[in-house]
Amino acid sequence: MIRLSRQATQRIAFWLISLIAGLVIASILLIVGLVIVQGSGAIGWEFATGFPREGMKEGGILPAIVGTLLLTIGTAIFSVPIGVGAAVYLAEYSEDNALTRTIRIAIINLAGIPSVVYGLFGLGLFVLFLKFGTSILAGSLTLGIMTLPVIISTSEQALRAVPHSFRVVSVSLGATHWQTIRRIVLPQALPGVLTGVILGLERAAGETAPILFTVAAFFLPRLPQSVFDQTMALPYHLFVISTQVPGMPIRIQYGTALVLLAFVLSMNLIATLIRRHYRERRQW
Amino acid sequence: MLRLWWPNWALYRCNNRDTGIVEREPIKRTWQEFLIERIIRATGVSAIAIVGLIILFLLREAVPALMQVTPADLLADRWYPVEGYYGLAPLILGTLLVTVGAAVIALPAGLATAIFIAEIVPRWARDLLKPFVEVLAGIPSVVLGFIGMLALAPLVRRFAGAPTGLTALTGSLLLALMALPTIVSVAEDAIDAVPVSYRNAALALGATRWQTIWRVVVPAARTGILTGMMLGVGRAIGETMAVMMVTGNAARIVTGPADLFLPVRTMTATIAAEMGEVAQGSTHYHLLFVIGFVLFLISFIVNLAASAVVFRETRRSERVMS
Repeated sequence: MIRLSRQATQRIAFWLISLIAGLVIASILLIVGLVIVQGSGAIGWEFATGFPREGMKEGGILPAIVGTLLLTIGTAIFSVPIGVGAAVYLAEYSEDNALTRTIRIAIINLAGIPSVVYGLFGLGLFVLFLKFGTSILAGSLTLGIMTLPVIISTSEQALRAVPHSFRVVSVSLGATHWQTIRRIVLPQALPGVLTGVILGLERAAGETAPILFTVAAFFLPRLPQSVFDQTMALPYHLFVISTQVPGMPIRIQYGTALVLLAFVLSMNLIATLIRRHYRERRQW
Repeated sequence: MLRLWWPNWALYRCNNRDTGIVEREPIKRTWQEFLIERIIRATGVSAIAIVGLIILFLLREAVPALMQVTPADLLADRWYPVEGYYGLAPLILGTLLVTVGAAVIALPAGLATAIFIAEIVPRWARDLLKPFVEVLAGIPSVVLGFIGMLALAPLVRRFAGAPTGLTALTGSLLLALMALPTIVSVAEDAIDAVPVSYRNAALALGATRWQTIWRVVVPAARTGILTGMMLGVGRAIGETMAVMMVTGNAARIVTGPADLFLPVRTMTATIAAEMGEVAQGSTHYHLLFVIGFVLFLISFIVNLAASAVVFRETRRSERVMS
């Protein structure tokens, strides 16, 4: 066997690593690029504001867009107060004891549960036991619980990043613990908390498995009227038209994928921009 | 009892403005403050309650199946619930095959990409590439599944000579792609956190850059890398939509790696595909919850193990630092 010199080994290793990394990066570009190039042809006023027609082979995807917006808002209503509250508890109130450790283990565990298991849980608790039926309410609650761990852990990090001296000064001026948290700590941590919230909602907006049995409708000719209605949603709609409906025009499939991708990635972009903006302005 | 949720620094304040003498007198709390604290405490504890609820409601729907089906039935090698064949083995093996396939691809690729971003490219490129790879984590799995069906499956069919492109391999490739951002992100953080002095010491001893990376930096960051890998693979096990769309969903017993080129069916895909069609309250329905509970247990173990590694390492590093 030939023994390579150290320099030759380095050259080969660097080449190999760059090649692999290049492949990974290229595949991301390829996926996003493919959806944009193929999907942009379908995008138009009618596609965004029209109802599906002719067995979904014509027309627009308005009910799915509205459904995803409603579900995202519903998710936020449930998960933001509880998530931020739990983060405040962990960062500002909790001490290092058995209870806190149990909460942390619970959150780590929640973060890893497969999304389809959340769907089963939502079906068991919200749809059947609490008798919400397959409804926006049940879907939002399921997605909200799935989103909690993301919101809790990012918000807690943001709260912990606020210097301890801020709290000490506030309390020394006579503020109570809660006043300190509300007027000093939370406003300072707001950009970080917001980033976490958006990233959590981004995940909720793109998920299909948790809404399969809790809210999603194959096709609805009208928009949902109340929180107890079913609704169409973009991810489920994409799944339906790409696997369940034969003879679906490819243009509409790519168009739906593009709308979903744009929705989710723009949330991602907003979160990144908020983080960058405030990191530059921060004075501590 | 009070001390539990009332850290020391907030308890006292200077109560004599003229002399500045601190007489440690507790601040009076209004009932609103008391209420707010109670609510915040409740939200904190809610995480535990939710895990409890999840276990409770999965079991509530799963246990009836265990009354109707014997363990021997569950371990049998045929899943065809309509005719009373309730063997979970094909589904578990299907998940195993697709996940191992994904891990074989994603682990080296993830490590290489993390090394590339942390050690090889200049700083400005790192700040560009890292968020870019994390974008991949944001792509909804149904979009990846869609692209997998349309773009990846035909490639697999042509190059692997398989009769159909919807195979375990297609699923593994997609899952690898989904596990990558987690692996890269966590591993890159760990590699970046290795002190510069380690690198300088190795270079000063005459090591090449590659020797420094491979013999010093990567071993020093091994726990972080390992955590990222476990979390990435954990994500792959639980992934549903993309897998369901590209693996062909044939519930057959996996006999070896050659089955990568044949259709398989995973546990997650089985739940997602069959829950919509099953009669509520039937054995089949309850069995789907059994599968869900098994998935829950797997994710619980993987995540606990990953966090145990982190906790242990933190304690050790604290010892070393002090």
